[in-house]
Amino acid sequence: MTSDMIVAKNLTKTYADFVAVDGIDFTVKQGESFGLLGPNGAGKSTTMKMISSVSKRSSGELTILGKDPDKFGPEIRAHLGVVPQKDMLDRELKSWENLYTYGRYFGLSRKFLKPKVEELLAFAQLEDKRNEKVEDLSGGMQRRLAIARGLVNEPEMLLLDEPTTGLDPQARHILWDRLFRLKEQGVTLVITTHYMDEAEQLCDRLIVMDKGKIMAEGSPADLIKKYSSKEVVEVRFGADRNAQFADALKKLGDRIEVLPDRILVYTAHGEATLEKLVAEGMNPITSLVRRSSLEDVFLRLTGRTLVD
Amino acid sequence: MTDANYKTLKFKPGAAVDPARAMRRGAWAVAEYRLFTMSKWMGAIISFGLGNPIIYLVSIGLGIGALVDANTGGQGIDGVSYIQFVAPALLATAAINALQDEVTFPTLQGFVWDKMFYAMNNTPINSRQIANGVMITAAIRGVFTVIIYELVLLVFEAIPLSSALPLFVSSMVAALAFGAAMLAVTVRIENDDALFAIIGRFVIAPMFLFSGTFYPLDQMPIYLQWIGWISPMWHSTQLGRFLSYGMPLEIWQVLMHAGFLVAVYAVGMLMAYPKFESRLQR
Repeated sequence: MTSDMIVAKNLTKTYADFVAVDGIDFTVKQGESFGLLGPNGAGKSTTMKMISSVSKRSSGELTILGKDPDKFGPEIRAHLGVVPQKDMLDRELKSWENLYTYGRYFGLSRKFLKPKVEELLAFAQLEDKRNEKVEDLSGGMQRRLAIARGLVNEPEMLLLDEPTTGLDPQARHILWDRLFRLKEQGVTLVITTHYMDEAEQLCDRLIVMDKGKIMAEGSPADLIKKYSSKEVVEVRFGADRNAQFADALKKLGDRIEVLPDRILVYTAHGEATLEKLVAEGMNPITSLVRRSSLEDVFLRLTGRTLVD
Repeated sequence: MTDANYKTLKFKPGAAVDPARAMRRGAWAVAEYRLFTMSKWMGAIISFGLGNPIIYLVSIGLGIGALVDANTGGQGIDGVSYIQFVAPALLATAAINALQDEVTFPTLQGFVWDKMFYAMNNTPINSRQIANGVMITAAIRGVFTVIIYELVLLVFEAIPLSSALPLFVSSMVAALAFGAAMLAVTVRIENDDALFAIIGRFVIAPMFLFSGTFYPLDQMPIYLQWIGWISPMWHSTQLGRFLSYGMPLEIWQVLMHAGFLVAVYAVGMLMAYPKFESRLQR
């Protein structure tokens, strides 16, 4: 038994008419928080289903918790916690009943589950919603319940598919906090997301995926250092005038990206670049200096933005 | 939201679950969940279970039965009272309806409505165990329904006590066969379209009316008898009549009826399993 939780080599999943995951390699170590970042349709969820040991790979090698999921699916799943993109909770059952019945699928005894359910409700801050039906809970509460459910079997690894999609900012921050605490306790986390801020907050290391392939791999900081400059100046001149400033802006920064609504100027010193730009007589309607993010990495790698 | 009242979750990852135990009892865990859900509308199940036989007993036993028995000089059919003659069919219908309910709606719920089967499949439970769990629950509901029905028939002295066990067997075999076939059909439904209404009107109702339910099948014109031959209802009713009051049948006929029902069950389950598996793979 190694401390590698996931080893994927040339992992491929093809459906009848297209290749969803196209020969990817990655390894996830114990206690790590690992992210799959990419736009919708990049192959993240398909990869996640193969890691969850429910969807069989088409070719390549995959080892989860030291075992081959094609042969030992149920054994592996016994030690995984899965939080699906759609919560898949029983809407007719109460919060505690959802946790309890799910625990029984793992063959856990009533004696074990009784205190466990209360503990999980407390973790998800749903104690006062204990006896409410799932359909009466808010989206954020349902997601927290789904995460609590994924922990009922005390898993070695927790898999979260787009954990905060569709949640308001406050609900997202509560979730991030919960996940961060799990990580602090040594639970291995695997997270798919198309939010770069989520990936930066939660992931020690990530792969950037696009069209079924891995575009880059590393820690958020390393990726930004490697594929982007330290800072970015965002300027807007109005939709039809952006293009005419492009050439002049190229000289001011390391690199520029012309987007439909704005131009991004990549530079080590944002404020200085902005001053120079104004001094040269370019007067943008709006301007903003910010630090580089994974969004910029993705733009550099694919020529597209993450959230269309 | 503050975290002043935050409680830490402490555990040793991977220590709680015994995979072998979980895998062993997978189908039962699914059934347990289904029964848990079912307990929420126990009132409806009991009142339907009780109301159904009472309505049939009054209308058929007292109405048609009196008419038939009077016109046959008190001989009934096959030498037994009319209600004894139709009892196997009534019980089989009740059992079939119970299994149909518990096989179709939970399967749609599991795959389409709240996708619970996908959540189950993220645990040690596999696709075959989910299918079996659904069938186990449906069978339990069928047993429950048949027992209530028989109690009502016994209380009203419509059947002798000696018929209780034979009729239980014949109706449950029919219900399991039909349930398995419906499971294989339902798992292939992508959306809740009008299919159940169509099945109700064009499969179940004709099956009820054309399967020798109210009179022997050979009273029908030959070109309509085939409906009975392919219907689990007829085979079950014949078995029930043979077992409960000794309606004359050759041994090969008895084996054929039983064999037909077992075959429908087996084919139904064998056609359900692979589709459960491939659908959960998505």
